Parts: sequence; structure tokens; C-alpha cells
Amino acid sequence: MKHPGMINIVSDTSNEIFEWSERNFSKVKIVIEKYPAGKQQSAVIPILDLAQRQNNGWLNRSAIEKVSETLSMSFIRVMEVVSFYSMFNLEPVGKNFIQICRTTPCWLRGSNKLLDVVKEVTGCNLGETSEDKKFTLVEVECLGACCNSPMVQINDDYYEDLNEDNFRKVLLKLKNNENINKGSQSGRRGSSPEKN
Amino acid sequence: MPFITIDNQEIEFEDGMTVMQACELAGVEIPRFCYHDRLSIAGNCRMCLVEMDKSPKPIASCAMPATEGMKIKTNTDSIKRARKGIMEFLLINHPLDCPICDQGGECDLQDQALHYGLDRSRYEENKRAVKNKYMGPLVGTIMTRCIHCTRCVRFSTEIAGVDDLGLLGRGENAEITTYLEKAIESELSGNVIDLCPVGALTNKPYAFKARPWELNKTESVDIFDAMGSSIRIDTLGKKTLRVLPRLNEEINEEWISDKSRFAIDGLSKERIDIPYIKRNGKLISTEWDEVLNRITQEISKHGKENTLALSGKFTDIETLFATKYFVQSLGSNFFDCRYDNAQFIENQRSSYLFNSSIQEIDNAEVILLVGTNPRWEASVLNARIRKSYINNDCKIGLIGKKIDLTYEYSHLSDNIEHLNDLLNDRSPFSELLKNSKKSLMIIGNSAINFRDGKEVLNVCSEIAKKYNISTNNFNGFNVLQQDISKAGAIDIGFYNNDFAQNFDQKIKDHISKFNPVVFLLSCDEINHSILEGAFIVYLGHHGDVLAQLANVVLPTPAYTEKSSTYVNMEGRVLQTTRCYHPLGESKEEWKIFRSLSNNFSQKLRFNNLSELRNEISNLFPVFKEINNLPSSSKLDFGSATKIENRVLEYNIKNFYMTDVISRASITMANCSREILNKVA
Repeated sequence: MKHPGMINIVSDTSNEIFEWSERNFSKVKIVIEKYPAGKQQSAVIPILDLAQRQNNGWLNRSAIEKVSETLSMSFIRVMEVVSFYSMFNLEPVGKNFIQICRTTPCWLRGSNKLLDVVKEVTGCNLGETSEDKKFTLVEVECLGACCNSPMVQINDDYYEDLNEDNFRKVLLKLKNNENINKGSQSGRRGSSPEKN
Repeated sequence: MPFITIDNQEIEFEDGMTVMQACELAGVEIPRFCYHDRLSIAGNCRMCLVEMDKSPKPIASCAMPATEGMKIKTNTDSIKRARKGIMEFLLINHPLDCPICDQGGECDLQDQALHYGLDRSRYEENKRAVKNKYMGPLVGTIMTRCIHCTRCVRFSTEIAGVDDLGLLGRGENAEITTYLEKAIESELSGNVIDLCPVGALTNKPYAFKARPWELNKTESVDIFDAMGSSIRIDTLGKKTLRVLPRLNEEINEEWISDKSRFAIDGLSKERIDIPYIKRNGKLISTEWDEVLNRITQEISKHGKENTLALSGKFTDIETLFATKYFVQSLGSNFFDCRYDNAQFIENQRSSYLFNSSIQEIDNAEVILLVGTNPRWEASVLNARIRKSYINNDCKIGLIGKKIDLTYEYSHLSDNIEHLNDLLNDRSPFSELLKNSKKSLMIIGNSAINFRDGKEVLNVCSEIAKKYNISTNNFNGFNVLQQDISKAGAIDIGFYNNDFAQNFDQKIKDHISKFNPVVFLLSCDEINHSILEGAFIVYLGHHGDVLAQLANVVLPTPAYTEKSSTYVNMEGRVLQTTRCYHPLGESKEEWKIFRSLSNNFSQKLRFNNLSELRNEISNLFPVFKEINNLPSSSKLDFGSATKIENRVLEYNIKNFYMTDVISRASITMANCSREILNKVA
């Protein structure tokens, strides 16, 4: 299995031309200003992130070239950064980018079962995107929420204290575009002691 | 100076050295893959581990700065074990394909595996396989062999100045590649082949041709540009298989340009190896006696006192000298080396040399380029300018068309007229030049190959004096010659003042007036319409355009087939070495003129190469010392005339095809198609 971000080729299937949206371009300027003049290359990671958000969660060739142009870097230098970090996706992803934690604490608390659930509900294996383009499923290493394990990250939000039931509910709600609560699904606040 | 103890031996080292450099001072060799003297430190191969006092773990000696009182051990058991461990990791994914690998026999990994490798593998999993990448017509790739030292990436970014190569992915998935697998767009790309410690990046045209131990290695001098880079020519029988750079700090460090390295396949294509005579508009092969007799007749018929000789890009001193004295013995004074119309000032050696020496570029603070594209005229020199730009923040100004020089520069003007502004303090660059402690001025052919060339030189000389570019003990006034033959030809006086300023017109006038015999000494870069009416004797090794127009074609050896003397752009006398005997019936030019002179009243006095060289150095003392940098002479010319408005055009239009050899080379044709014209 390869994480979508770990594929060393630029996907060129879409011929879309990436242009900064006005809102994002003003953000780009703010980020670049954080660094000394002439060192704008330091801003490459936050700016790639902005580009990825604007481009529906992945970076196509045009987006990477736009970033390199914005920062006056060479393409290959930006590409090195993009391909190094698994948070950057080089292939189109679904609307909900599910990152399921499989490191020891989550695994001890049943992340394997969650994996079965997610495969069943979304119909995709690890590293795949569902046919309706609603889900992309990848596994990740520890995301640092072990106290509320098992957990998954969907887009920018953590969903914690999962079990087969509540995780299935979460996924079904996502599938039907319903609102869901972020964070702990058992109803506790943060990592406060569980009552029982 | 501080002291460091290496293997119980106390040595002195310079501040700023790394532990590895200190070990080298102590004569201890440290194995390495990623470290290279001329590249930045990466520290990722871990092969150079050594033991340091008070450190619980071994340290990477290439990245650790040496400090006073350090105690280093390089040959303990634990270090050997550590290096063995590293080697085992490197070999996990390295294929065991040495028998079919071009690097075999000269491979760093092979050599070091001999000392640190285990005799069996403990790894049962599959080896990783990596898809080969396309890097252009010169660099072949077998990426499975790559050990990720990133030397090639650092070379292309730091030295060549093209951000083409990169390391994508990480860990198990890391791969070296060019962006979207396009060709590396550098004139120095061939050097990554030498840098690669394994067989991942290989010489594409040389692939599977030979093993290093079968080759005859001849140390020689490169002739494709005027630098005279030190090279090693590897031959097998009468075939030149590859060219490698030799270390020469004063000229080329350890790089050579792609043309020097890869144009050699042109040496076995379109060669002239027997004499030809033109009968009924067709060149017919013939015997030496016959052609020489014919030439003798024609010389007498056309009037021997008007005989003309023109030199070319590769003409060596021996040829020039023999030609000059042969033509003079006929009572003619018509010979010239200004085939490109580049002007110089007679009897002023500093008006056509790179006076400051190439090495001085390293110390320059400001460099003014006038009508030159060093990237194409002398690629390795351009890498030096880039080095100075990076290391001492050297400021560069260019008068000429905007081009990508691999470093930033301020573009002063397209027009040579700008020299007037510089002289009168009105240029934006004047202030910089005034405040700089060491500045250089590099004048290219394109600035002086016009009828006002001499005035340009004079004004430049005034500018050099005004801004202290040239002082009493340093001369930063440099002319960047494009051809290795040029400086030497001027040195031995192979020119006639009658042909100055407008070469084409004046040669044309001479020929149409006298219809003389014209000797073309592998001179192919001239406008052939000017030769109309002449009896053309072409001496050369390639059947290029002018050979086809000639009435008589005489075969001569190429630069790998004769030992000849050249003067490089700095005025340094260099000698090439013969690698194998000339092809077919080719004869050295001086032998041809020596035997021709038998048919005339005045014989040339030399009978062999050493007699010829003796005679040259007796008449021209410059040639007494080889490889010596001439002491810089002062600028004894200059006048402040007004330079007329002229937009500069660079005279090299295609780097990969500048001369007979590179035009005959298929590799170079591929390069110009894929790299310059971007046709894949």
C-alpha cells in the first residue's frame, strides 16, 4: 500500500490550471511576510497547504508550479517538499479524507475493527477513493490523541473514542451529508475520566 | 593553529576544517560516498564514521567540525563494525549486477565493499527496484543502483546552477529524478557521471563499450574551448571512447563541459583519411605525391607571392608556425587568424589574453561581462563565476542580450554604447566598480568582432584603468577567447594588418584581385562566398562544408592523433598528447608544409617535431615554458574614443555544434535537438 502522498509522480490527469483565489492570495502574502525578505522559500509548506485546500485536497501539477512561481523556487525543490510530507496528496482525494490511526494504543483499543467498518461503509481499501468520490481512506501513524483512542482524522477534525457503532454512524452521516459532532463520540469532554 | 589527535598522532589543522579533512592531513583515508570536496556537506551516507573521545556514538567525520584537543580514532574495532553495518544497509537494496554495470572496476561502492562488505547477505526480503529516469541524451540512469548520496543533486544546484535534479519521496521510496523527467539543461551535466559513486548515473554514449582496465589512458588537453582544460582521453585501439576531466585547480578544477566530454563520437564520423583532388567538380581520392605536385604547380601558376593561409578553430602552434614560414618563404605575407573577425591590438599581449588568470575569478568582488555569454563560450569558467557569486557575493554586470547565466546579474544594456556611459561615470554599475577592491572585466568575442573592435578594446582598457580593474600589480582586463588556437596564433604573429577590421571584405578583395592559392587550416567557420575564385587547399580532418568546396583536400590528424602545442586564453602554453596514430593517410600539417617546401627554393629547416618545437621556442621565447601562467603584463594601450551604437549579438548560436568535430557528432546533434530545441 502506498499513501497517496507518497507517490513520486505528478498526476497530470486533470488539465485544470491552478490560479490563486483572491482570498487565498491575500493569505499567501501574509504568510510570506512572516519571513525575512529574500527568504520567502521558507513559506513553502504553509503555502502548499493553502494550495491543497483550494484545490479540493490535492496538488496537481499546475498547483505545484503555481507555488514554485509564487515563491520563485524551482519546481523540483517544491516537488521534493511535496513528495516528502505525507500530508500533501498528489492524487485526487474524496470529499472526506479519512486517516485512520493504526499505531499501538489505537490498535490495542480496536482500530482493526474500525478499519473493517470503514471498508464496509465506504467500499474502499486502504489508499483508495470510493466511487462516489466521497471518501478516501489511508492509514497513518500516531496522531497524538492516544488518550481518546481509537481515533481517526477526517479532513481537519479528530473523531475520538470510537467503536464500531458510533464510527459507523459518523460515516453514514458523512455519506448523507449530515452534520456530525467532532471530537469524542462517547460524549465526554476532552479526556475527562469516563463514568462507569 | 589548533591541534587534533588522530589515531594517537597529533597534528595541526586550520580553523574551519572538518574532522575528515583533518584526518586527510594526517594521511588517514576515510571511506565516503556522499562527501565531496567541492560540494556542500550532506552527511547522509554515514560511511565516514569515526570514534570521538567522550562521544558515546560514532560521529560522521565529514559533517563534524574539528576542534582543539579532539581525540579521534579511525581504526578501532567498533568503527570497523559500524562501517560494516552501514555498508550492509547500503547493500540491502543495491543490486548485485556488477558484471553488467558500467561503473565496474572504478566504483566507489565496489572498492569499499572489498574492505567493509560482508561476504553474504542476511536480508531475505526482496530488493527494492526503481524505475529508470530519463535525464537527457548524455546521462544514462540505472536508478536501482542509486544509494542516495545526493552528490548529483548538489552538483546541479550548487555548481551547474540548474535546479533540475532532486530527491523525491523519502525513506524506502526516495528516488533521484529530474522534474517531469526532462533532460538536464546544463552544459556541465556530464560531470554528475563522474560524481556518482555507483553506477546509477552513467555515460550514455559510452554504455557497454569497454571496461576501464582495457582502456589506454592518455593525459591531454581539451581543445573545444579556449580554457585548455586538463583531460584524460580513454582510447581502445584507434577509437576514442571517453574523455574525463583531470584535476587542475588553476583551470578547470575537476569539471569539463559536455562538449569536451561527449563530442568525441564526431572523431570517427565524416573523417577525411586520404587526399582528394577535385576533377570535373568531383572530389576524387588520390596519392600524396600527386596532390603535392598539383599544389606546387598551382602555387606557381596563381602567383606564389599572393598565397593566402587562414587558420581555424583547432589550429595548433606547430601548424601555424610551419604555415607561416612556408608562406613567407614563397614571398607572401598573407596569413590571418581572424576568421571570426575578432580584433586585438598588435604587439599588446594583454589585449587578447585572460590576464587576471582563471583562478582569480574566485576572489573577484565585481565582474563586468562585455558582449560575452560565458556559459556557452567557456562553461567551466562560468561555473567559476557562479562559485564567486555564491562564495563572495560577487556582483556581476552584463552588457549584451539577456541570457540565463545560472546566476543573478544586473543587465546593464543590450548595446555596446553603454561603455561610453561607464567611462563617463553615468552607468548604474560605476558606483559598484569604484567601491570594489578586486574587479574583473571579461570581454567576449561578440563585443570585438566588428570593425570597431579595436576601439572597444581601447575604451575597455580606459575603463579598466579608471576603476582600478587594472592596477600596477594586478590586471583584471580579460578577453575571453572562444577558440584554443587564437591566442597562440596571435602570439606567433599569424596575422596580417591588411586584413584587420573587416576580415570577410578584405579577404574577398584579396582573393578576387589575385585569385591565389588559399590554404585553409581546418578553417570551417568562414563565410565561403569570400573564397570565390581561389584555388582552395583544405587541410583538415572532417568533411565539412569547406572541404567540399575545396580543390584539394589534405587529410590531417585530429587532436587525439597528434601531439601539439596550444596557448590557452590565459596565455598558458599547453601540450596535448597523441593517443593513437593518425587515421588512414593523414599527415601532420607541419609535415605537409615541410615536404611542399622541398619543391620550392627555400626549404623549411626542421625535420622532426622536436626540431620544429626548438625552432618555435627560439623565435618565440613564450613557448619555452609549458603550463606556466605568464606574469600579468600592464595595459599599455587605451584611448577614450566614443563607441558607436551597436546592439550586441552573441556569435555562438548553438553550444553543441560549434566546430567540425561537434557538428559531426551524433550525441551533440541529439543534445541540440532535445536540450536547445526542446524536441523530445
